[in-house]
Amino acid sequence: MGEISAAVAAAIHLVVTLDSDLVEIVLLSLNVNCSSVTLASLLGLPLGASLAVFNFFGRRTIIMITSALMGLPPVVVGLFVYLLLSRSGPMGVFGLLYTPTAMIIAQVILITPIITALTHQAIEDLWKEYREQLISLGAGPTRALTTLLWEARFTLTTAVLAGLGRATAEVGAVMIVGGNIEHLTRVMTTTISLETSKGNLTLALGLGMILVMMSIAVNASVFIIRDSVRRDPK
Amino acid sequence: MVTLRLIPLVLCWLAFDIATSAFAIEDSQIVLASTTSTENSGLLQFLLPAFQSRTGIRVHVIAIGSGQAIRLAKNGDADVLLVHHKNSEEKLVAEGHALSRHKVMYNDYIIVGPQNDPASLSNIKDATKALRRIATAQALFVSRGDYSGTHMAERKLWREAHINVDAAHSWYRETGSGMGAALNLANGMGAYTVVDRATWLAFQNKGTLTILSSGDPKMRNQYTVLAVNPGRHPHVQAAAAKLFVKWITSPEAQKLISHYKISGEQLFYPNAPEVIE
Repeated sequence: MGEISAAVAAAIHLVVTLDSDLVEIVLLSLNVNCSSVTLASLLGLPLGASLAVFNFFGRRTIIMITSALMGLPPVVVGLFVYLLLSRSGPMGVFGLLYTPTAMIIAQVILITPIITALTHQAIEDLWKEYREQLISLGAGPTRALTTLLWEARFTLTTAVLAGLGRATAEVGAVMIVGGNIEHLTRVMTTTISLETSKGNLTLALGLGMILVMMSIAVNASVFIIRDSVRRDPK
Repeated sequence: MVTLRLIPLVLCWLAFDIATSAFAIEDSQIVLASTTSTENSGLLQFLLPAFQSRTGIRVHVIAIGSGQAIRLAKNGDADVLLVHHKNSEEKLVAEGHALSRHKVMYNDYIIVGPQNDPASLSNIKDATKALRRIATAQALFVSRGDYSGTHMAERKLWREAHINVDAAHSWYRETGSGMGAALNLANGMGAYTVVDRATWLAFQNKGTLTILSSGDPKMRNQYTVLAVNPGRHPHVQAAAAKLFVKWITSPEAQKLISHYKISGEQLFYPNAPEVIE
């Protein structure tokens, strides 16, 4: 218990004194995670909805593969993106390895399947329910898609938050493609990993607590916004 | 209410803009692939500000095992290396991926283990003898198992002790992890392990672990610096890397290295300039 209370004390100390290294790391983490989730949502939401609404050859296979990819191991994604962005890899000329951009690319690959699969699930149910109605109102496929996405917006926040959760928690991918470089690609999870390897378990756990708090804060604000919108229909 | 709904989205876009613009690669920076010991011991954090203020070049440190660092150099993903495994360094130079090797500093490997010392090493100096005692007692031993410089040094010691550890599953545990993680494990399991003195002195979760064998001359741990060959990898920051090699082997940096201490103990002993080949 002594270690844990010391970790709480370390966490409180870091937060109260607004430790400049911590602020930098937290901001970069938020930055990378939010960017990844935004991009993954831009890809995953329409893709998931299309898989629910449109009927085409190979649809079921894609749905199955998307579900399976929800379990992608971050280290494998990290390696894949490393080989892609390495100077001797196909995208090496851009010099993106060991930049926050590389971390965002890896996380988008990790998160997009999660958002796509969950969106597909949510929209599929809604489509069954409103199909006749939408068609009778003369809605074309695109119109139906946007209507469904809009109607499912509250359910879909969960899909997006699931993606954000994954981005917040993973360390394997960003460690490989970011390199955990101080003041450049060091984020919360890689710092925790580094402090653990230095044997500084108290600080590592303290940072972990701050990470959990951040996650709670983000989720809470999303819930508050969602509820206020729900209660206040136009 | 629509505007309210858009707030998180706008925030995210702002964040994305910052992420993509503020970190564009500048010319005055180099990627240094380095062993975990130089980073985890705090040496690089102590040294690099001096280099940056003198040259204006920022050094981005990627702290990984020497095996992985050498892999990065072969792919052209690092500009300069600070590593400690002679054979793979020589191979790297021979294959044309790196320019010449330069000695920077040395320290030594030590064997640490639980205080109750089940294999009775009792501060024996001879490292191969110490390992033989561990094998005889079948005492738990944690190996890095990650092809790092330390791992390869440890394997060499077992070979010199004529012990085939690959068959010793009951007590020889390969973890495939970094030095710190291996020490955490050894502490948790009450096992012996081989560690470089710098990482050991800086490590903060020693628990019941203590030094049980040290001072053998063959446990010397030499660090070298190598610039990646721009002839082979044209995009590397060759000029900046050359400056770094020149600086870290200069009297200024060498003096700084000798001044770096943790609780009064010196971690690294500078031994440049000596071009090896």
